[in-house]
Formats: sequence, structure tokens, C-alpha cells
Amino acid sequence: MDASKTTDPAHIGRSVTVKGELSGSEDLFIDGQVEGTIELKGNSLTIGPHGQVKANVNAKDVTVQGKLEGNIQASERAELKKTAVAVGDIITQRVAIEEGAYFKGKVDVQREGSKK
Amino acid sequence: MKFFRGSAASPGQPAPARPAGQRLTRRSSGLAELTKLLASEETLCVLDLGSTSAANILYLTERGHKIYSEDLLDASTDPALVIEDDLGKPTLDSKIFLTENLVYTGTQFDVVLFWNLADYMDESLVKPVIGRLWSLIRPGGMLLAFFHTREAGPDSPCYRFHIVNNDTLEMQLIEARREGRPASAAGFQLQRVFNNRHIENLFRDFSSIKFFLARDNIREVLVVR
Repeated sequence: MDASKTTDPAHIGRSVTVKGELSGSEDLFIDGQVEGTIELKGNSLTIGPHGQVKANVNAKDVTVQGKLEGNIQASERAELKKTAVAVGDIITQRVAIEEGAYFKGKVDVQREGSKK
Repeated sequence: MKFFRGSAASPGQPAPARPAGQRLTRRSSGLAELTKLLASEETLCVLDLGSTSAANILYLTERGHKIYSEDLLDASTDPALVIEDDLGKPTLDSKIFLTENLVYTGTQFDVVLFWNLADYMDESLVKPVIGRLWSLIRPGGMLLAFFHTREAGPDSPCYRFHIVNNDTLEMQLIEARREGRPASAAGFQLQRVFNNRHIENLFRDFSSIKFFLARDNIREVLVVR
């Protein structure tokens, strides 16, 4: 199956625990527990409301609804929903943080042509 | 210094209920002064020690600055910090607190938004935290802090601050996040009132301090490292 043509993201359910390196070329939704690293360059990562992730994540778009302990590198957009608890640094081009989200770390918005 | 710890509203005279999420705006002379620095073309490192504020993050990143966010008041409610002092009274372990918070190896900040933390944080943490901040701010860097005057009274609610524009803040009542925190879900309680001499003493290692007295019984203080 050509992953790039699928519409539904790959799904890690609530009862699933993964330890190690996760990488892929399709969107991913995590509602379980993941510990390690996550590489989805060019695709989106969503950490669902029950998701508990301890990993540095690298994706095009990253949306956090659950818990994330680790750095976010999002080439386009990072979003923390109101239920998010995120500890780590965020490097991205656009950031959105909903009221109620908890965040501890650095936000570095790197826009094209941004000042140094 | 006047302590309010353990105080409560008088019987029959409960503090007026303030709905959670209620927002008020106020002009801030300290922020207006700080804005001159924030208007810099240089990328500044800013440390916001209040509750996570999307408004502050957007305001500062839109100006090209890097923002670090750390909710120090929430962190101070960690039950693991509670120890007993020499007299057997509960206090907080500032050493443990500073091994888990305000840890920025190799980073120096141009601006620290300290807000009203000194008035609401446990007494045992205030001086150690100011000492740590001194080492984290680069020479010439600034810290903005708010202190209540005695007229504010012991039931002054604890607000978080959102930057609206160059000289205006939005204040939002803080709700407790952590279960089992000492002050219960009613919110944080004013611990003490510092007078000017105490404030000067608190920041005695800094190079200069500027006071702005506001109409709402708040003294804004802009300190330069």
C-alpha cells in the first residue's frame, strides 16, 4: 500500500506501549505510551488526549493533546491543545497554544528570513 | 515585612467570589519601560515565570525573540518539596526546588517576567529563587516584578498576566492545577507584603531598581542586573 495516499493516520491505541525508534512516511496518531524517538519528516504527528510520550519528535506538524516529555521539531507547525502537558523545547515556524495548556520549555519560532 | 500566611477572610465577610477565567486589563508602566528593550532588533532570550500564556508566547515570538516558559508557582506546590524546619514546622526545600526548576545551563536571559511570584511563593523559596535568577540574567538584563502594597489586603487574588500590547496586561485569576497543593483549589494566597526597603534588599545584588506605583495597590519593579 502506498502510505502517502492513505487518508487516515496510523494509530497507536491506548493500550499500546512502544519503546524505541519510531519513523515513517505517513501521519501518526498516538493515544498510547511511546518512549524513544519519533521521526515523521513531512508528515503529521498527533498525540491524543490519552497519549503519553517521552521522546524527541520531528515532524511537519505536531499536535499535542496529551502528555509529551521531549523536544518538538516541527518544520511547519506545533500546536498545544488545552489538555496538553508539554515539557521540552519547541522549534518550529508557527506555534499555537490553547488556553489551559501547560508548557515548560523554550519556544523558538524560526521564520524564513527571521532575525538572528 | 507584613506576613499574611494562614490568613483568611473574616467570618461573615467572605472575599467576593471571582469567577475563574475572569479577565481584567491594567496598564503597566513597567511593561512600557521593558518594551523599549523588547523592541530591539536583536533576538532576546525571555523567561516567563508565570502560568503558560499563549498570548505572551505569541507576543514575544512575533517580535523574533526566544521565550522560555516555566510556571514557578505551580512547581512550588509539589508535595515532594515539603520538609520540616528545625522547629518541626513544614517548609519547602529550596535546594531540591532549584535542582528541578530554573535549570538553564549555558543560557543567559535578557528579560525575566517574574510577575507577582514573590508575593505568593512560599517564604522559603523567595530569596533562593532571586539568587538563582541573578545568575541567569545577563549583565544589563531586566526583571519585571509586581508587589502588592499593604492596602491591597490579605485576600488579594492571584492573577496570571497576559501581554496585550506594549503597555497593557490582561489579568486572569489563577486556578490550581496540581492536586493536593497546599492552598487548595481556591487559588494561591498572598503570603506577605514587602515594603520598598525589603524589595531593595531582595534585589540588592542587582545594579539598579526602579519603582512604579500603580492605582491598583501594586508596585511594579523593574530591576537591572
